Amino acid sequence: MADTDEPMVVDGGSRDGGEWDGRWNHINTFLERPGPFTHPDFEPSTESLQFLLDTCKILVIGAGGLGCELLKDLALSGFRHIHVVDMDTIDVSNLNRQFLFRLKDVGRPKADIAADFINGRIPGCNVVPHFKKIQDFDESFYRQFHIIVCGLDSIIARRWMNGMLLSLLVYEDGVLDPSSIIPLIDGGTEGFKGNARVIFPGMTACIDCTLELYPPQINFPMCTIASMPRLPEHCVEYVRMLLWPKEKPFGDGVGLDADDPEHIQWVYQKSQERAAEFSITGVTYRLTQGVVKRIIPAVASTNAVIAAACATEVFKIASSAYIPLNNYMVFNDVDGLYTYTFEAERKENCSSCSQVPQDLHFSPSAKLQEVVDYLTENASLQMKSPAITATLEGKNKTLYLQTVASIEQRTRPNLSKSLKELGLLDGQELAVADVTTPQTLLFKLSFTS
Amino acid sequence: TMAFTKASKDQKYDRQLRLWGDHGQEELENAHVCLINSTASGTEILKNLVLPGIGAFTIVDGHKVSGEDVGNNFFLSNNSIGRSPEKLLDNDPEFFHRFTLVIGVQLPESTCLRLGSVLWNANIPFLVCRTYGLVGYMRLVVKEHTVIESHPDNALEDLRLDQPFAELKNHIQSYDLEGMGKKDHSHTPWIIIVAKYLEKWFSTFYKKEAFKQLIRQGILKSEKGTPEDEENFEEAIKNVNTALNPTKISSGVDDIFNGEQCNDITSQTPTFWVMTRAVREFVHNDGGGNLPVRGSIPDMIADSEKFITLQNIYREKAMQDASVVSKHVESLLQSVGKVCETLFCSKNAAFLRVVRCRSLAEEYSVETVNKDAITSCMDSADGEMVLYLMLRSVDRFYQQHSRYPGVYNYQVEEDISKLKLCVNSLLQEYSLNVNVKDDYIHEFCRYGASEPHTVASFLGGSAAQEAIKIITRQFVPFNNTFIYNAMSQTTATFQL
Repeated sequence: MADTDEPMVVDGGSRDGGEWDGRWNHINTFLERPGPFTHPDFEPSTESLQFLLDTCKILVIGAGGLGCELLKDLALSGFRHIHVVDMDTIDVSNLNRQFLFRLKDVGRPKADIAADFINGRIPGCNVVPHFKKIQDFDESFYRQFHIIVCGLDSIIARRWMNGMLLSLLVYEDGVLDPSSIIPLIDGGTEGFKGNARVIFPGMTACIDCTLELYPPQINFPMCTIASMPRLPEHCVEYVRMLLWPKEKPFGDGVGLDADDPEHIQWVYQKSQERAAEFSITGVTYRLTQGVVKRIIPAVASTNAVIAAACATEVFKIASSAYIPLNNYMVFNDVDGLYTYTFEAERKENCSSCSQVPQDLHFSPSAKLQEVVDYLTENASLQMKSPAITATLEGKNKTLYLQTVASIEQRTRPNLSKSLKELGLLDGQELAVADVTTPQTLLFKLSFTS
Repeated sequence: TMAFTKASKDQKYDRQLRLWGDHGQEELENAHVCLINSTASGTEILKNLVLPGIGAFTIVDGHKVSGEDVGNNFFLSNNSIGRSPEKLLDNDPEFFHRFTLVIGVQLPESTCLRLGSVLWNANIPFLVCRTYGLVGYMRLVVKEHTVIESHPDNALEDLRLDQPFAELKNHIQSYDLEGMGKKDHSHTPWIIIVAKYLEKWFSTFYKKEAFKQLIRQGILKSEKGTPEDEENFEEAIKNVNTALNPTKISSGVDDIFNGEQCNDITSQTPTFWVMTRAVREFVHNDGGGNLPVRGSIPDMIADSEKFITLQNIYREKAMQDASVVSKHVESLLQSVGKVCETLFCSKNAAFLRVVRCRSLAEEYSVETVNKDAITSCMDSADGEMVLYLMLRSVDRFYQQHSRYPGVYNYQVEEDISKLKLCVNSLLQEYSLNVNVKDDYIHEFCRYGASEPHTVASFLGGSAAQEAIKIITRQFVPFNNTFIYNAMSQTTATFQL
């Protein structure tokens, strides 16, 4: 089948707006009829459909492999008020699965093109696109949605969304106000594997409760990369991390652009040279690109399955038609089709959702660097670049902050100072901010002898 | 147009080429799939085949598009042949012989069985799919599907530490752990460490903990007597558990070796069986009862030279073994007057898989129905097996009443008792001593044979991937009945 720029019949928004007979028959079955397995709160009604069509507001995070599928699934399930957030533009390599995009759309914002396609194809559907990062919005934006469904490719982003919804929770006299809960449906895929989960913030396990379920990122040790390569991947990382900054092949201050084929070509050639030095075989262009871009293989089918499962949950929750998934489904179709459905448990002392201030146990002579290391390396915290502040002598003082160069320079000496030297006291509260959470986390410093 | 060069195809398909390679992609692009019925489920399956680049597709669908079709279907059906599959079966059943795979969606039982018979006799894989309310169903019908590249998750390594081949033995001997300098000591591959300590370990009954302790004692000590930081030794200790597994052929591969096709090689024998027989010859004549060496080792702490040298020991042995197998392939083919076209590669020998599905006729016949599977699965009365029985029951209902139960609101209540009669007659006909709860009968009336989009889409993804497995002969298809329950988000696979 040739891929041309001619519009295909399936691309045309050829239907006129407005309803037609039987349009929602497949949905109404579940809204109008009583049944033995429905949710205890379910009441069959001819008005439920109107709620879905006119009132219910859904937010889709991501307009990529999962996002495209989610938008289609939701639009064909009666949802009309949908917002979609995605900060990316379309790449050719998306076209094997992100079916709302065509070759002519390459370079344009995913959110915009996805919204256009759905709105043109599903009469009455109003998808509002946001070509933005999730961090560009605050509580007032997120609060307007009934349900939020994520099709993200980043654990950091997931944790941020998780933290945002937790921050919206309202407690009165220690009791959670259920109307402040926004359900979060989260889907993830990788090759032939995927998972779908349902989170009721404040009630069920959150993303951080089960952080250990996420596989750690592969980062090769520096000594391997610098002097003892064994695999073709080590050769590529050498070129990316050590050779490029040294040789600046495209000029001073020009960083490696993983999407620039010329840059990748340079890395590829140099990686081959490095590999030849050590008699390592297997450096190919495809491998080089895969390492530099941290490419995860992806196909249409897995995304379709996981998005569909997520969309089914959105429908169940919005309509109260059935009891939602409780609460985690894992899928793998490498060998036959395998699923495992279980209830992920809340962690009693979860750093995000338990409301229990986390203790930090350190000796007063421990260096601040050790605290930073703990925050990044601890399996339940896994922070990326924590910024630590404390109240000292009545004033809010930044002890260390990495993300702003000038402040990093100024506070760097603090890393080698002991906690006692910095003036910190036993029982002192430390406020930690990090890209993994929209809210500052409070820790309590507990001195060991 | 040929504007689509190889380079741009590589770009577009990059993410999936990393899973099934260029050769898998080629199979996909040479395939011609037939989709019967372009309902929501059908078009979703097709979309998930078109996106990765299926070569060609033909839609057979005699229905006219209705308002409710447009409500759950993302595509307009415009490529369809306006004849129904029933007419084709009546007038031109050989129409289906041109296809790599036939996918039948939302087929009535009679059509399904007729088509099943035609395709079984023509040896064409048949994938039956249906969405019924919140239930998804797939049935794979293929006589024999062989897989060389099954790509198993988490396969054990093939290190031969219990029976090191000559070259490996010599290489291990070239190391003198006690006489080494500190740097070399800390950068010796753990495979060598375990092998060396195995030589010291004379007992044939390995107590893994004691063995690990022995290795731990080998860690260099500083002047003060504290152990140095030797990560390679820690790796050796960690890997003792799996490294000491005896080298042996899995029962699955053994079964394949003992298959009929492996014994009688003729000029008609498919390549897979010639290769397998050749591997079997190797096992008995050259490998001392073992498969050809796989040739790969995991990454491990070591300096480059030690690692690469060790890796090459395994690689070269694998190539040697592969060429012996290739010679067997050659002579087998010569004996039936054929020429060898494909080269053998050792790395998949331990992962060969064969999938054989029973025919629909066998599943549906009273004599050969899989009573045991059905009865034992029904021990969990709310598992997926009851959904299978309900699907069979609504098919009965359709045969009797020319419609499915509960399509219109007013029918739901009155159809419950009618459907119950169908359930009972089904259980009676097959002598199934099981109990189907009334709740499921009610629920299936409630569904009214609806095809909600999200369930169709789940099925669309699942079915498309199984189709891709059949076409590319990579990864392993299911055998043979798959049920998806969207209420509980659970699935099950049965061999019926």
